[in-house]
Amino acid sequence: MASDRRPSKNSPTRSADAGTSAETDPRRPSDHFDSPVPEVTNPRLGFVGYLRFFWRQLTSMRTALFLLLLVAFAAVPGSLVPQTTSDPNGVIQYKAANPGWSKVLDSLGVFNTYSSVWFSAIYILLFISLIGCIIPRTMHHVAALRTPPPKTPARLDRLPGFLRTASAEADDDHVAAGVNSARELLRSSGYRVRVLDGDSASAERGYLRETGNLIFHIALVGILISVGIGGGFIWTGQKVVPVGQSFVNTLSNYDSISQGRWFSPDSLEPYKLTVTKFTPVYERKNLNAYGEAIDYTAYVRASVPGQKTTNEIIKVNSPLRIGDTDVYLLSNGVAPVVTVRNPAGKVVYTQPVPFLPQDADLTSEGVIKIPDGLAKQIGMIGFFYPTECSKATCGAAPTSVDPSLTNPVLTLQVYTGDLGLNSGKPVNAYSLNTDKLKLLAGFGSKTPGLSMRPGQTVKLPDGLGTIELTNVVRYVGLDIHHDPTQLWVLTFAVLVFLGLITGLFIPRRRVWIKAVRRGGTVHYEYAGLARGEDPRLPDAVAEIAKKHSQLLGLTMKP
Amino acid sequence: MTQATLVSDSLVAIYSAMFVYALAFIFFTYDLAKRMSEAKALASAPALEVVQAKAGGKGGTTTTVLDRPGPPPPGFEVTASGKVKRSLAARLGMVFTVMAWVLHVGGTVFRGVAAGRVPWANMFEFTLTATAIIIGVFLITQFWQDLQFLGAYVTGFVLVFLGVATTNFYVDVVPLPPALQSYWLVIHVFVASLGTGFYGLGAALSIVQLLQARRESRGLPSVRAIPNAERLEALAYRLIVVGFVFWTFTLIAGSIWAEHAWGRYWGWDTKEVWTFIVWVIFAGYIHARATRGWRGSRSAILAIVGFSAVLFNFTIVNLYFHGLHSYSGL
Repeated sequence: MASDRRPSKNSPTRSADAGTSAETDPRRPSDHFDSPVPEVTNPRLGFVGYLRFFWRQLTSMRTALFLLLLVAFAAVPGSLVPQTTSDPNGVIQYKAANPGWSKVLDSLGVFNTYSSVWFSAIYILLFISLIGCIIPRTMHHVAALRTPPPKTPARLDRLPGFLRTASAEADDDHVAAGVNSARELLRSSGYRVRVLDGDSASAERGYLRETGNLIFHIALVGILISVGIGGGFIWTGQKVVPVGQSFVNTLSNYDSISQGRWFSPDSLEPYKLTVTKFTPVYERKNLNAYGEAIDYTAYVRASVPGQKTTNEIIKVNSPLRIGDTDVYLLSNGVAPVVTVRNPAGKVVYTQPVPFLPQDADLTSEGVIKIPDGLAKQIGMIGFFYPTECSKATCGAAPTSVDPSLTNPVLTLQVYTGDLGLNSGKPVNAYSLNTDKLKLLAGFGSKTPGLSMRPGQTVKLPDGLGTIELTNVVRYVGLDIHHDPTQLWVLTFAVLVFLGLITGLFIPRRRVWIKAVRRGGTVHYEYAGLARGEDPRLPDAVAEIAKKHSQLLGLTMKP
Repeated sequence: MTQATLVSDSLVAIYSAMFVYALAFIFFTYDLAKRMSEAKALASAPALEVVQAKAGGKGGTTTTVLDRPGPPPPGFEVTASGKVKRSLAARLGMVFTVMAWVLHVGGTVFRGVAAGRVPWANMFEFTLTATAIIIGVFLITQFWQDLQFLGAYVTGFVLVFLGVATTNFYVDVVPLPPALQSYWLVIHVFVASLGTGFYGLGAALSIVQLLQARRESRGLPSVRAIPNAERLEALAYRLIVVGFVFWTFTLIAGSIWAEHAWGRYWGWDTKEVWTFIVWVIFAGYIHARATRGWRGSRSAILAIVGFSAVLFNFTIVNLYFHGLHSYSGL
């Protein structure tokens, strides 16, 4: 929107003051020679002058356009390279695949393009340019709203849409009535009208065009500010909850959380969600999509402190709004419930272990760590197949052919050694670093891996005890968000849209109706002037001319 | 009717539409070539200046379309209203386009009925709908502006995309995954295809504008029934502005849907990034037309770059970029 003004010739003012010379300063020797004093830039005026110069440059339309196109261009790299915020695993893979190149990219911040210095610099400059344009244009528009339409031009026949009626005999009263009806006609057509010298009406309409234009741009600034401020208050946490278990909304209960600058853990409302049931639905009729997920529904019991417990449903496209947060169902999977007993039969471990899905048929991979209770620490890498395909059909390697729990099998590789859980350092629960561990059972050792179906118990290698696949439950991956500025962003976005429509489609135009007297006759002239894009201006003038001449009973001159 | 017959009927209709579009394309191209050769003949005719001067003296009201309303060259009929009569080839092109479009829309509707939902849930279906909209806008625009000179471009473009869709993008009818089960699928994607249609026609006009500007700068005579560069620019602008409004809505609606489905309204997903880039380029286009030195050919180039970004967003980003909008079904 920036106005297209040329920078003024406000070059830095130069000082004519040459300073003191030998003649005027008695402390200097008579033969002292002053080197010519360079012309000095007046620092204060010059500074302001430069500021004004740069401001004019920055807020010029040309610069705004350049910055706008630069934003589009600068956004491209972030789509070519995975981004830390939206695809952290992609970044890790990319860095592993291109170690040298990714160092260069990393130093340029390309993995965080949209928060990088250079991207921020461009859009901040763009928005400063925008603000520098909004302010004077708003003032100008406010002034225009208070100013009556301009004087009628002397020669209307040079303006677009010019039309005239045939001459007719008329006296002063007729002309006064004609101009009066012109005023009424224009006024009822939504124009602001000013009658000049009793013989012409000057009218303008479509002030809303500029209002919409300004609202569009101000709302864009509003979005930027909301996002900027909101970023400090947003927090996003993830939690995996197996069916039957609960989650209490406190910081320590999250699997992971990312928070803005002003996040305070005290702001979390300690509500409790219990996942009572999870129902996935898989396609069974359409053979082209057999086994594809068509619905996920999580049933939860929600209790907010001080309120009655309610039963709620969370689905993929319908999050649960609870306690200033939004709870989204973003993933789900299977969690085998395993029970590990020591040789004496005492239970040392029993819990559902969420496995990560590897494909659409829910072949899932997971890690079970038993640091205490057995003679040695053991870690197990497991694969779970909800519907194992028979070896006759699919070959020796186990595969899952359907996501439902039709023929479930759990296989385990067993390792022993220091699991690294005693050092107190946080360790990823979903991965097991086997570099320093010894393989006890599974592919690559003499002992075959363990394999069990629900209800089956098998012996752990080395007489360590037994492991039972007690049950298999589903789990839900919940994302819990808090974003207090979301409503602001939405409001501004709606204003952007409304402003855009009014700013683009409401025509701003001036129309003049003028009575021209010659002797005892008069004819009327009509013309318009577009302010901004207005392809229908000639039609609009013609329509007004037609109505006005009909009112007066005059014919249009061809 | 069973789903399977509906699906095959839909495909038959689309293939038939492609055949008829091909006929329309041939006639439109023949018509264009003929007009070009007329213009060439005019340029080499020695009596050109005299003829044109006469026409200029009569006033420029004979047709609203012609830039420099030269007289119809010998052998051309003029209708009673003074408009240069459309050639038989152009009229046949128009008739075949309408026929093909009816088949095209029918095939798209059949596909939607077969799937029991809107026909724009994967790349194949989106291509059917968006190309039908391009033709639809092209045909509707004819009521107030003769755009036959775009016929070859539009039918050719749609033919190519229908060909790619049926051979490379085709997927069987499958139920919607949970993330797509939302009324926003109806709104967001349909408005996006409307925006694509308007941008596509606007960019087409911008291409003709560039060609025309080059002809004009070389002083070549205008090609019959192709408006001058300034008029083309005004037409392109009007279509692109409508496209921009739809695109803005697509961005906002998409953000609202993203908040429902993915838990955030904006996450710089690859598709979001490219939709944003397209929005910014066309915002630049609109501003360019208010900037000194940027009206005319420069803004036309921006419009073409913008529509290229739309196509890139639809094809390359969908197929090769990793992101959340992975609904191509391929």
